[in-house]
Amino acid sequence: MAEENRAFTAASFKIFLTKEKKLVGVRCRACGTLSPEPRPMCHSCHGRDMEWYEFSGKGRLSTFTCISIVPARMSEKGYGRDNPYCTGIVTLEEGPRLSALIIGVDAAKPEDIETGTEVVLDLAEVDSESPTPTFRPA
Amino acid sequence: MSSTSRKRQLGRPVSIVGAGMSRFGAFADKDSRDLFVEAFQDMLDNLDQGIDVGDIECAYVGNYSSDLFEHQGHTAPIIADWLGLTPMPVTRIENACASSGSALREGIMAIASGLYDIVLVGGMEKMTSLPTEGVTDVLATAADGLYEVPAGLTFPGIFGAIATSHMDRYETNLDHLLKVGIKNHENGALNPKAQFNVTIQSLMERRMARAHERGQPVPEYVTEMDFLNDPGANPWIAWPLRLYDCAPITDGAACVLLVASEIAQNFTDKPIELAGTGQASGRPLHDADELTSLSAAKAAAGKAYEMAGVTADDIQVAEVHDCFTIAEIVATEDLGFFAPGEGSKAVDEGRTALNGDKPINTSGGLKAKGHPVGASGVAQVAEIFHQLRGESGDRQVNNPNLALGLTHNVGGTGGTCVVNILRRSS
Repeated sequence: MAEENRAFTAASFKIFLTKEKKLVGVRCRACGTLSPEPRPMCHSCHGRDMEWYEFSGKGRLSTFTCISIVPARMSEKGYGRDNPYCTGIVTLEEGPRLSALIIGVDAAKPEDIETGTEVVLDLAEVDSESPTPTFRPA
Repeated sequence: MSSTSRKRQLGRPVSIVGAGMSRFGAFADKDSRDLFVEAFQDMLDNLDQGIDVGDIECAYVGNYSSDLFEHQGHTAPIIADWLGLTPMPVTRIENACASSGSALREGIMAIASGLYDIVLVGGMEKMTSLPTEGVTDVLATAADGLYEVPAGLTFPGIFGAIATSHMDRYETNLDHLLKVGIKNHENGALNPKAQFNVTIQSLMERRMARAHERGQPVPEYVTEMDFLNDPGANPWIAWPLRLYDCAPITDGAACVLLVASEIAQNFTDKPIELAGTGQASGRPLHDADELTSLSAAKAAAGKAYEMAGVTADDIQVAEVHDCFTIAEIVATEDLGFFAPGEGSKAVDEGRTALNGDKPINTSGGLKAKGHPVGASGVAQVAEIFHQLRGESGDRQVNNPNLALGLTHNVGGTGGTCVVNILRRSS
């Protein structure tokens, strides 16, 4: 489906992540504000003229946590007390931040993970049911 | 004058004349309605000059998720029925863990508007009906289900990320977090209604005694820190947060009776005035202004201070939303008690202890008193009500001039914050 025909919704966000392996959010044509989450209205100027905006997928790890008591969905994937996973907040090189799963780090050794680490988008194994932007150290 | 900069005042003064709480804990045989009745009866039993229950005109009940915890929606009329107060209007307010803080504001406004004179406000949550994994999933519904939860962020996870940021940016370390828990358990040990009516020292000694009884190797703990640094006793939940950094899963209820200040003397000689109230909303952590602060807390506090005509320095005792130890440190900074980054030092120096210059969470806080999420906001107000009236027993703040207290109730990970300032009437 052509990008211009897609609604500015989470459903479209997920299709970009899973089918096209891209991180695509929106840009407000009126004020230029970027949002990784597709929104039908600009949260900054309330403008209604939004356009799709593909992020480069490069950023820095701003903060993180390594989770040992995991939700049901992550438990099904084998994560848990003895196999924690890392998740956190990435600041994209374009400026906005987003919540993201962090792979390619040892979540059992959180003291070795450093904030500020350069990360890149890696959607090779993105969950098709509940996709999320996923990053690994660059 | 823009609508957001106008100084806001209540249409008429509102006071609290009574407060009640159920025991907080895990009660397999009680539903949330039973807990609410227990809190209501506690309030009636302690109302100085009593009340004809039928005089209560309206009620607001904070409740986060009876839908998922108890498979029961539409809880407000059930409460009216269980209190024998139908057809009184009752409305349930849901704002995650700030549900009853928000309910309180609705009650305040209902009186300030002139519509009612006597309003009951409470909150309740029955959480232990689900296993820990289920509770984790329910609490996660207070975060953004489309853009936070899929990333694997849990409730402790989001506060873990805040803690990582705080440790990164300031001199906060893991010991500071643990010391918040030690302090709150010391207060909780003095609160007979607390879920953990016990110090961490006692929990440590119990663990050693249990190992001894079972003929197992006895852990060589000397201090509480040794115990808290043992991953067997204090496992990781969401690094850098461990079990003792997290508020427990709790069943409980609390309520207060609000009246127009002009009739407060009909109920008690010691009414507590609601001097200021503020509420604000905030964005998910990834869209927050800072990763070490909750902007909604700062905004709500600013409104409450302005309405009360006081500053952070004037506050003599406060109950803050320590759903995690880091949350208490951040709260004391957002409220302006300490400069950004100085909240952890204040804990280290004992300034927030019961005998410190800024006693925080004298009830034991969410950490030790327990955190039945929908009840916590009003339970905080109940604690400050009793403190300002000098009736907190062993945990009474030792200050004969105690007159100004504050409550700070957070919903979710900062999506909602309600701050109230209470003043003892002179």
